[in-house]
Amino acid sequence: MSTLGSAHVPLESSVATESVAPAKPITARHSVLVRLTHWITTVCFFALVVSGAEIVISHPRFYWGETGNVLTTPLFKLPIPSSRHLVPTGYGYVLPDQNGWSRALHFQTAWVLVLTGFVYLLGGVLTGHFRKDLLPGKADLSWGRFASVIAHHLRVGRPGVAEIWSYNVLQRLTYLFVIFGLFPLVIWTGLAMSPAFDSAVPATVALLGGRQSARTIHFFVSMALVLFLFSHVVLVWRAGFRTLVRAMITGQTDTHKGRIG
Amino acid sequence: MKISRRKLIVTGLTATAGVSSLGVAAHLAQKYGLVPPDHSGIYGPGETLTYASLRLLTRNSLAREFSRSQISKRPVPNEVAPFSDEFKRHQAAGFVDWRLSVDGMVERPTLFSLAQLKSYRSHRQITELACEEGWSYISEWNGIPLSYILDFVGAYPQAKYVVYYSIEPDWWESIDMADAMHPQTFVTYGMNGDDLPIANGGPLRIRLPRQLGYKSVKFLTRLTVTDDLKKFGKGLGSVSPEEGYAWYAGV
Repeated sequence: MSTLGSAHVPLESSVATESVAPAKPITARHSVLVRLTHWITTVCFFALVVSGAEIVISHPRFYWGETGNVLTTPLFKLPIPSSRHLVPTGYGYVLPDQNGWSRALHFQTAWVLVLTGFVYLLGGVLTGHFRKDLLPGKADLSWGRFASVIAHHLRVGRPGVAEIWSYNVLQRLTYLFVIFGLFPLVIWTGLAMSPAFDSAVPATVALLGGRQSARTIHFFVSMALVLFLFSHVVLVWRAGFRTLVRAMITGQTDTHKGRIG
Repeated sequence: MKISRRKLIVTGLTATAGVSSLGVAAHLAQKYGLVPPDHSGIYGPGETLTYASLRLLTRNSLAREFSRSQISKRPVPNEVAPFSDEFKRHQAAGFVDWRLSVDGMVERPTLFSLAQLKSYRSHRQITELACEEGWSYISEWNGIPLSYILDFVGAYPQAKYVVYYSIEPDWWESIDMADAMHPQTFVTYGMNGDDLPIANGGPLRIRLPRQLGYKSVKFLTRLTVTDDLKKFGKGLGSVSPEEGYAWYAGV
């Protein structure tokens, strides 16, 4: 597989070694930076999805362009009841309004997530995390390589030995897409829905084709992130949930025991 | 785990610097009016960060204006609670006795009649009204900038906020002076060249295109200029935070 790349952060405590000790110096599978920002992002993402869903319930209709409301034709409607009388949903009841705390939680969490993202980006550049752990090697960028990674997944269902210490090319590309594609886009489209921010930087919303387009893209990117999260958790579970989650919490992993291999 | 003397000193200095810079930041934020009245509670940090950064970023920025062709065919008649008897009396009389009273920290407390407000040179803006729920529409709003009214009554220089009330009970908001003096903050009496429909806040509505719709209070009857929001309601700045919504609705 790809080169053995990992942030070389020595562990404070020594790892209990058995007869087959790894021959290389003991390092953390994930740097403190990655582990900390990973779990802060996890908590933030959960809060953002829950509060975002609550906000959508107050108007489960989506539009394209600048304006959209109950008097205009929607692009699509979610088949759910609403928390507002104004919205014709086909349901005979109206859900309680949860927008107050949902909005407050959504924006406060967005602040935490964006600031965490800055720390991660800055740290990722300084420590070489992006270059070493996420940028695929030239040799890996071929259809043959993609096919072999996929074939391995289908055949074995679990990662090979090299992947205990490094990401394969599909993982690298997916993470890069999430970090540099989906997250910036969800932040951008979120900002575009702020009338105050738009007054300062009108291009924020103009480039997206209008306020309602921004809202619709925000929804779809959020769905893509939820989809990513779902497949991420499924793959972690299939690859050895305890080992991988422990590696993301403590940084420690082991090559000589556990189900990996 | 051994902690070296050097590490201890560095950590101590960093922590001290962190805490004191937070203190300095809080002091400066207070001094430059960057702390919203609803800054307490678990969502206080988020509200404060949002208000402070957008206040700095948008002190003079203008909300997007649109062309006539972009005006929505039908403005949304958003739901309102059943009208009070007082409003119904005004409605039956054709709003001839509707007044806007301006009081508080002003040199000349004034009662404006609708006719009087309409006698001043009319201004217009074609802006989008965006609701916190997600929907929006564009219309032309006719009225006069709030800053003209504040100049007319002589708002004190030490004034910090304008509190404004609907004729309907428990419906009031407030804005800081940066928003109150902003050229697009209007007291509106017309829409698309006609009288402002009741469904859209007529006969008189405040209009702030840089904030979400709920700050644009309908059926406006009173403005109070003040330097302290603690005296109003629960001291959170408006009725919105009392119901769990943000005082500052720029997002």
